Amino acid sequence: MAAGNFEKYKSDGSLGGNLLEWVDARFPATSMWKGHLSEYYAPKNFNFWYFFGSLALLVLVIQIVTGIFLVMHYKPDAALNAAGVPIAFASVEYIMRDVPGGWLIRYMHSTGASAFFIVVYLHMFRGLIYGSYRKPRELTWLFGVGIFLVLMGEAFFGYLLPWGQMSYWGAQVIVNLFGAIPVVGNDLSILIRGDFVVGDATLNRFFSFHVIAFPLVLLGLVAAHVLALHETGSNNPDGVEIKANKDENGIPRDGIPFHPYYTVKDIVGVVVFLMAFSAIMFWAPEGAGLFLETPNFYPADPLKTPPHIAPVWYFTPYYSILRAIVWNFFGLDAKFWGVVAMGASVVIFAFLPWLDRSPVKSIRYRGPITKVMITLFVICFFILGYLGTQSPSAMGELISQICTVFYFGFFLGMPWWSRMDKFKPVPERVTMK
Amino acid sequence: MKKILISLLFAPLMAFAAGANIHLDKWPGSVKDQAALQNGAKLFVNYCLNCHGASFLRYKNLLDLGLTEQQVKDNLMFTSDKIGDLMMVAARHDEQKKWFGATPPDLTIVARARGELGNAGAGADWLYTYLRTFYKDEKRPTGWNNVAFDAVGMPHVLWELQGTQVMNHETHKLELAVPGKMAPAEFDKAVSDLVGFMVWMAEPQQEYRRTLGWFVLAFLAVLFVVSYALKKEYWKDIH
Amino acid sequence: MSNQGKMDCGRRRLVVATAAVGGVGAVAALVPFVSSLLPSERAKAAGAPVEVDISKLEPGQMMTVEWRGKPVWIINRTKEMLDTLPKLADQVADPKSDVASQQPDYAKNETRSIKPELLVVVGICTHLGCSPSSKFKAGAEEGMAADWVGGFLCPCHGSTFDFAGRVYKAKPAPTNLEVPPHVYLSDARILIGEDKKGA
Repeated sequence: MAAGNFEKYKSDGSLGGNLLEWVDARFPATSMWKGHLSEYYAPKNFNFWYFFGSLALLVLVIQIVTGIFLVMHYKPDAALNAAGVPIAFASVEYIMRDVPGGWLIRYMHSTGASAFFIVVYLHMFRGLIYGSYRKPRELTWLFGVGIFLVLMGEAFFGYLLPWGQMSYWGAQVIVNLFGAIPVVGNDLSILIRGDFVVGDATLNRFFSFHVIAFPLVLLGLVAAHVLALHETGSNNPDGVEIKANKDENGIPRDGIPFHPYYTVKDIVGVVVFLMAFSAIMFWAPEGAGLFLETPNFYPADPLKTPPHIAPVWYFTPYYSILRAIVWNFFGLDAKFWGVVAMGASVVIFAFLPWLDRSPVKSIRYRGPITKVMITLFVICFFILGYLGTQSPSAMGELISQICTVFYFGFFLGMPWWSRMDKFKPVPERVTMK
Repeated sequence: MKKILISLLFAPLMAFAAGANIHLDKWPGSVKDQAALQNGAKLFVNYCLNCHGASFLRYKNLLDLGLTEQQVKDNLMFTSDKIGDLMMVAARHDEQKKWFGATPPDLTIVARARGELGNAGAGADWLYTYLRTFYKDEKRPTGWNNVAFDAVGMPHVLWELQGTQVMNHETHKLELAVPGKMAPAEFDKAVSDLVGFMVWMAEPQQEYRRTLGWFVLAFLAVLFVVSYALKKEYWKDIH
Repeated sequence: MSNQGKMDCGRRRLVVATAAVGGVGAVAALVPFVSSLLPSERAKAAGAPVEVDISKLEPGQMMTVEWRGKPVWIINRTKEMLDTLPKLADQVADPKSDVASQQPDYAKNETRSIKPELLVVVGICTHLGCSPSSKFKAGAEEGMAADWVGGFLCPCHGSTFDFAGRVYKAKPAPTNLEVPPHVYLSDARILIGEDKKGA
């Protein structure tokens, strides 16, 4: 199904046809179009959960386009202006007020950041319930985990740029996490900041990473993710390999061309998504203080930590795991293990293809153990996320410890619990529900 | 399972709404009340702008409150003569730091900064409470303290209007010891107008943004209808 | 692509309708992006009219003020300087300043000014936007030709201008230096950037 084995375009003699033939002889236009769209056969039984891949691509485009326009007006400068406000902070308000249409572009970008994570989390959840990471799609999943990691970095660097109180202290705390690494930690923190505290040097390098380095890597990984997917073909809610059942032309009997069927379907998904996106952007751009945190409307003040700092919502589950670790092990202190646990909680997703030993892929044909485990995992994830937004408390610490244990138990116990379940027979062909 | 997921999604938001330390009086005003905003602008320029900047706002923005350029120039511009200028404090921020020990913060977006997790609009309530709960406290260097902002650095700038309040340490309620130029209800209205102006100036285009949202959503609804019909049309082939 | 041949009428209509509505949306979405390229409120504020005190400007002297980020020259011309103007009528490209866009109507006269001695011009060469330098001294003293009567020389491509900002013939600059809208608020004060006070 991969691009490459398609006949070259033959002109019908018209001017446009001739031009296309000329291009196609020199560039794989037809084969890319056919291989990835009009003759890429996707299972016909995609459901709601299959909208989020194309939506993630849409949000990526929104972020890149709005980002390009924001960079035209934003200034990464921690120095104070004539009114005593840091120039970076003032330049964001300048975009919001003085640049025509700037407020809309900025809200698109800030709402887009949260939307990106919502869409990506739902996309990952889809992979989890339908076993999309399993053979032969392990590499697609690994590229996806790579995208997720880079996206987190991208979001972290971007969050410093408004140079508000949350930007500043959030970056301060996260960079200091690296200080927990034995021996090299402190030097590493200084290397990342380029200063002894978060400062102008940090702001400038984070700006560079946010607008150049990470987006480039992100685009490369997204291309690899899609190419790997199109090599193996998509999974589906039944977890049935559609390529196992082909007609006399070699076309999967349960496959339909991505274009036009899934393009017209995804357009509907895009419109519904844009309705939700616009509703937030126009009527509640702060997202109840989750998308734009209210302390970030204060300019960064290196002398005063806000009374309560928390990362943005999409990082809070991992932040909770960091805080849940309060014990010293092997002569290394809790701070170090907290950082290790936090890092592990993200990276562990990469091992899913090898942790899952269930004989079937889709949750539809798996039994109660899987359903309970996944439900509990989602509940734990939400609880950890919620606790991460709150100030530390004894009760919260205990609950986050329980959830952290379950979080890792879910993954590390998977080789066993995924096999123990009851399974239903998987049908030969996909089902249309 | 879907229901559980959806309720889980919203549970944290509801939980956020609770949990403020002090009781905040609800701001009774509206950013749509132009007369109130004009009055608020006057109060802001006369009482706040001497020490606090509104350095992201231009005098020109005040024209959106239904004022003419001449009205703005005559009544609201004391430190500048150009309508396009930012509303800066006359004093330099580093000199202010010498006088007050700290630079009085810029107030342009303080109404947003004082919002809360789960209720981004709570900044208005906080300001409305804060500006009305100054009381005499001789232990403070300025002689004033505040219920919403304990050990506040700023003296009660509106004391002539409100009068002097004292804290009754038995009931923990404020009492008006010396009446001011305004009756309590009148003062509350004035503060409400001032807060309204501060909410407005935190995002002057906010009403336009909300209105534009309706047009965008209406447009997307139309796009939804045609694109859904298109999808149906194609998918009737698929069984 | 390959389906278009057999596409029925209803389907085609829906494709066209969706593309049309979507296209309108795409164009509408361009509005904030394109408008963000326009001058911001800060740029407009910087472009506001500038009031200048000219009471200290001695005859023969020139001062430069900034208006919209461009140098505006105010020159208090001496009688000798003004006397050079009529003599140059056949050497400058547009002696009567006929190109309407290069000055307001009230400056379309021999001295290109409201008051004969006071010239107000934007000090930007009309060729490619360099700022000419003043060469007020007649003759070769400032590196000009021996028959130079005084004026301005653009360092970039050699355009020369007289004391009224008129460009000499056979020079790259297409028109005379631009006279900005300006008005005398009093004998000592000029407002640059606006014709009428308070307008």
